[in-house]
Amino acid sequence: MNKILFFTIAAALIQSCTNKSDDRLPILGSREPVEKNVNGKTVVDTIYQTIPPFSYLNQDSIAVTDKDFDGKIYVSDFFFTSCTTICPVMHRNMLNVYNKYKGNPKIKFLSHSIDIKYDLPSRLKKYATKLGVEGNQWEFVHGSRDSIFGIAAKSYLVSAFEDSTDPQGLVHQGWFILVDTKKHLRGAYDGTKENQVKQLMLDIDKLLAEEAANEK
Amino acid sequence: MRNRIIYTLLFLLSISAVFHSCQNEEGINYKRYYVNGKGIYEKNCQSCHGADGKGLGTLYPPLTDSLYLKQNKNKLACIIKNGQNETIQINNVPFDGNMPANPNLADIDIAQVIVYITNSFGNKQGFYSDQQVLNDLNNCK
Ligand code: HEC
Repeated sequence: MNKILFFTIAAALIQSCTNKSDDRLPILGSREPVEKNVNGKTVVDTIYQTIPPFSYLNQDSIAVTDKDFDGKIYVSDFFFTSCTTICPVMHRNMLNVYNKYKGNPKIKFLSHSIDIKYDLPSRLKKYATKLGVEGNQWEFVHGSRDSIFGIAAKSYLVSAFEDSTDPQGLVHQGWFILVDTKKHLRGAYDGTKENQVKQLMLDIDKLLAEEAANEK
Repeated sequence: MRNRIIYTLLFLLSISAVFHSCQNEEGINYKRYYVNGKGIYEKNCQSCHGADGKGLGTLYPPLTDSLYLKQNKNKLACIIKNGQNETIQINNVPFDGNMPANPNLADIDIAQVIVYITNSFGNKQGFYSDQQVLNDLNNCK
């Protein structure tokens, strides 16, 4: 099932990359057609996959929920502070995105730690500070094992799991997932690749333009 | 008398030839070590210290501080092989992160990566041999 979802994302990504016109970004993930009754007529509408409610603790030990992301465009990823392989690269790249949109009230960042045991809020705070991140535009969150690994696989379509054969015991992919103000998935980018992270920034700009157009 | 002069000249010539070839060999080794060291760096070090050696915030220190790398030259092999978890000052900024050990790197790999980092990012320290790595590793704390 997950595989199918992933291919949907991959296919959509490839399309979004080759598609040079400034069309809207596709909505990714699973979709369901539903029949609705509008003014006595039956019409088919599509329900897109959305990010479900969640509740975590951030680097300041304050509860962070899906409500804090209502009406925000945000970028989500999975990491852990003692990860020595892809995480430093991901967050070097994410820092560039953060610095570009720093102070923009429409944009947020959400980094989930998958090291449930050790990455408590105090440790996340130290990490954020050392990375050069203050305030809560970029949330580094700690949550229960099920809530973190569950939302990774089911909602953000990022594979992350505990693995005793890995030297660090934790395996995860370096995707940056772009979520729009309605909690739809709008893009997935390899956070270890500079060119994909550039694309992410272009796509954030597109979403911002889309929002501005909707507000009019 | 004449023979003597010729012998002396020949002797000096051969010494300089030996000297020269040594230098050349070191020059060739230097290039080889530098190139291989770059590959080892990209695989094992770059994620934290960066392609430009600038590190990341105060999580991972930069390798652009020539002074630190010079003053601690004979500790580098130990840091790379065994990792390090101390508080150190780089460019007057404190770092207290955890540098992971690299037990899989052989002495020659360590020599090569040291040649690379101590001659990149604004550093210019020249050659560093496997023998020096061996000596330094014997003196790790
Ligand atoms: C997981 C991240 C990480 C990786 C990978 C890593 N380092 Fe480090 N490195 C650190 C940290 C953190 C410190 C600071 C250690 C301390 O505070 O004691 C450090 C310190 C150093 C230092 C001394 C301080 C300085 O900035 O000059 C050198 C030299 C160094 N590392 C070289 C390397 C080399 C060579 C490699 C690859 C073989 C490597 N590192 C791989 C994180 C890393």
